[in-house]
Amino acid sequence: MRVPALDPSPPQHAIAVETLGMTMRFGSFTALKDVSIRIPAGSFHVLLGENGAGKSTLVKCMMGFYKPTSGQMTVDGREVAVPDPRAAHDLGLGMVYQHFTLVPSLTAAENLVISRKDVPARIDWEKERADLAAFMTRMPFSVPLDVPVGRLAAGEKQKLELLKQLYLGRRFLILDEPTSVLTPAEADELLGMVRGLTTDGTLTCLMISHKFREVTAFADEVSVLRRGEHVGGGKVADLSTAEMAAMMIGEKELVRPAARLAVNGKPVMTVSGAKAADRSGLKTIEIGDLKVKSGEIVGLAGISGNGQMELMEILSGQRPLMEGAIKVCGLPFHATRSEARQFNVRYLPEEPLRNACAPKMSVAENIFFRDFDFAGGKPKFWLNGRRMAELAARLVGEYKVKTASLATPIAALSGGNVQRAVLSRELNGAVDLLLIANPCFGLDFSAVAEIRTRIMAARNAGAAVLLISEDLDEILELSDRILVMSEGRIVFETPAAGADIGEIGKHMAGHH
Amino acid sequence: MSEDIGLWGVPLAILGGAIRVSTPFIFVSTGECLTERSGRINLGLEGTLVFGAMSGYAVAYHTGSPWLGTLAAAFAGLLFGLLHGVLCSLPRVNDIAIGIALMIFGTGLAFFFGKPYVQPVAPHLPAIPLGFWSPLPQVQAALNVNVLFLAGIALAFATAWMLKNTRIGLTIRVAGDSADAARALGIDVNRVRLWSTAAGGALAGIGGAYLSLYYPGSWNEGISSGQGLMAVALVIFARWNPVNCLYASLLFGGAGALGPALQSVGITSGYYLFYAAPYVLTLGFLVATSSRTRALPSAPGELSIIK
Ligand SMILES: Nc1ncnc2c1ncn2[C@@H]1O[C@H](COP(=O)(O)OP(=O)(O)OP(=O)(O)O)[C@@H](O)[C@H]1O
Ligand SMILES: [Mg+2]
Repeated sequence: MRVPALDPSPPQHAIAVETLGMTMRFGSFTALKDVSIRIPAGSFHVLLGENGAGKSTLVKCMMGFYKPTSGQMTVDGREVAVPDPRAAHDLGLGMVYQHFTLVPSLTAAENLVISRKDVPARIDWEKERADLAAFMTRMPFSVPLDVPVGRLAAGEKQKLELLKQLYLGRRFLILDEPTSVLTPAEADELLGMVRGLTTDGTLTCLMISHKFREVTAFADEVSVLRRGEHVGGGKVADLSTAEMAAMMIGEKELVRPAARLAVNGKPVMTVSGAKAADRSGLKTIEIGDLKVKSGEIVGLAGISGNGQMELMEILSGQRPLMEGAIKVCGLPFHATRSEARQFNVRYLPEEPLRNACAPKMSVAENIFFRDFDFAGGKPKFWLNGRRMAELAARLVGEYKVKTASLATPIAALSGGNVQRAVLSRELNGAVDLLLIANPCFGLDFSAVAEIRTRIMAARNAGAAVLLISEDLDEILELSDRILVMSEGRIVFETPAAGADIGEIGKHMAGHH
Repeated sequence: MSEDIGLWGVPLAILGGAIRVSTPFIFVSTGECLTERSGRINLGLEGTLVFGAMSGYAVAYHTGSPWLGTLAAAFAGLLFGLLHGVLCSLPRVNDIAIGIALMIFGTGLAFFFGKPYVQPVAPHLPAIPLGFWSPLPQVQAALNVNVLFLAGIALAFATAWMLKNTRIGLTIRVAGDSADAARALGIDVNRVRLWSTAAGGALAGIGGAYLSLYYPGSWNEGISSGQGLMAVALVIFARWNPVNCLYASLLFGGAGALGPALQSVGITSGYYLFYAAPYVLTLGFLVATSSRTRALPSAPGELSIIK
């Protein structure tokens, strides 16, 4: 039965939310087992857990996106029914999802206005625009309001998602890994602002995060999920990072970072005089000279939206060159499948679910993509189901991809597990050139350690690696040589050993 | 009075043709544009158009009012749209397959009920003689404009305005571009699509009434020459923009009048080739504006042909 709301407008103060025995089953798979969590009004609560622990599932149940198999929820001590997201919104609950939920063809302004509950039948754009401009001046960052959202970079989209919730005046905000696409400074600014809103009692925040730094700096309390169960938690002040990590992973041992072996290789990939249009078609991406040697990780740093996505598309053949050339092992390279096979070129693009998967096809099929028509150096006509099942089972085991079964559509996997599945496909076999963008986007710390180790192992085995990342720490940890990209150009280069972070940051921000 | 205006007859005839022939295209393509912007394709509009033509003609004949006929056609179209919408909201139903089924169903039903109306003569929709100022009969003929044509122009602009400046318009676009986002906003995607398809059907019905009640202005089984299907293609041609739909319809109508116009001034060689002009033009334009690097920029993300 739906409880009629006493007050149709959302409350003007922070609200307390509690779940009681939440359980969620997908078929025979239990993603959430009897989870009870209490989040007092005005607190900044963090939900920790490994990839696939059930964090997103829990908050989606709270938001009415999923209907929990059993369990209740209370808001300000009153039991409520949340049959759909709209009911949650009426209660003052809002969420920024892990996958973007903005409408790509609508502009940012249109996205903001349509998300409001009281959209007038006729929208007076002049007035709305003035209101939005006034709202933006109170926010710590801004996004272009008149560009279709589909053309914004991931970082900008995430900012807009957040701005939207604040614009809607939500009183209980769920953030599903909000900072994975932000620079550290932006993340601090944003979380600092959310923190300010929670301490002065206007907002309660439940954040899912994999970054302990953020937890210790901003949160009051944590709750930890492991394999769908609530295994512990408490005040951040009473817990050390090591204790939290132990609760998350249980008895498992962490992968140790691989040692960096000295390799002196020959150049594998060279890009010279390359020029291509960017996403908007208005500016150009110009890569004068980019070399990646065997046994070397070249880290390409930069703030999202400065042409890194386009560079990755150029290298993976998704974006044609207007001028210039790409060479691999001295031969022209057009990123065709046969060339990629010949030179052992592998890709891990950003947003792999969109750029490297067929979302509705199964995990096994997605893992089989690279070799499904090729075996032992010969093209194959018939699909070999047994070979596919064996390969998929082996890789899923090796890379610890958490999936209900091999036949599950890959889109149903948690964000981190999609990443692992794609990586398992790409790192299988001999690799000579590895092109990666944001490989640890949204991964928990043990998965991050594991994936970085695998990248380092590929390098040590002689692969040339180009690592495009918005996470400067990742670049500093992995790279042999660091490049900075800004406004479509490579503006700075330095060896990683003894690199000056301040200098890199300055170039990232566009001061050269 | 019949003066010879020589080659000037060609552009005049094309203009007249554009105005006369384009009206059903304007209505059907604007309606389909609305449907597609909500994330569904209704290929059944050809059937809706033919049924609209029949029902409009029948009602106009019985009541003596072409306007009541047009209204009846719109209502019949609405029902067809609703049927399509309801069937497509069932799980695992493909909108294209349903569209094809409804196309055949609508045409068949129209032929079945339309048998008795092939002979009788129904009153025509009125036209406004905008060419009254000219002594030339060719000009007068070309500028004899039907009211529905003017309504169609207003409709295209109004639809474009609606999609940008109203809550309903934005809701339709959200449903058409990302069902997930729509659900996150609490929008009932199926309901939005149901009513968008219904509105599209009603407009297609009006397009049909124009055929039987104005030009060519009679009811028979060959009344439509595929306008309903072609209009669906025009929506893609117009990049899902209602105002572009209007221009595309005019262009298509004008190109269609090329053959007869040239024939009227005595150019008869390649006559059948000129009949293909609209199709060649559309094809050429689509090829010229397509791009390998950009996806169709304004295509609604939820369309089953895009996904
Ligand atoms: N719609 C679904 N159908 C089947 N299984 C699902 C579905 N959604 C989630 N799961 C499974 O439930 C488990 C928990 O997923 P969830 O997305 O909640 O993880 P998470 O803790 O958010 O992980 P991450 O940190 O990677 O985002 C995963 O094993 C996932 O495969
Ligand atoms: Mg998650």
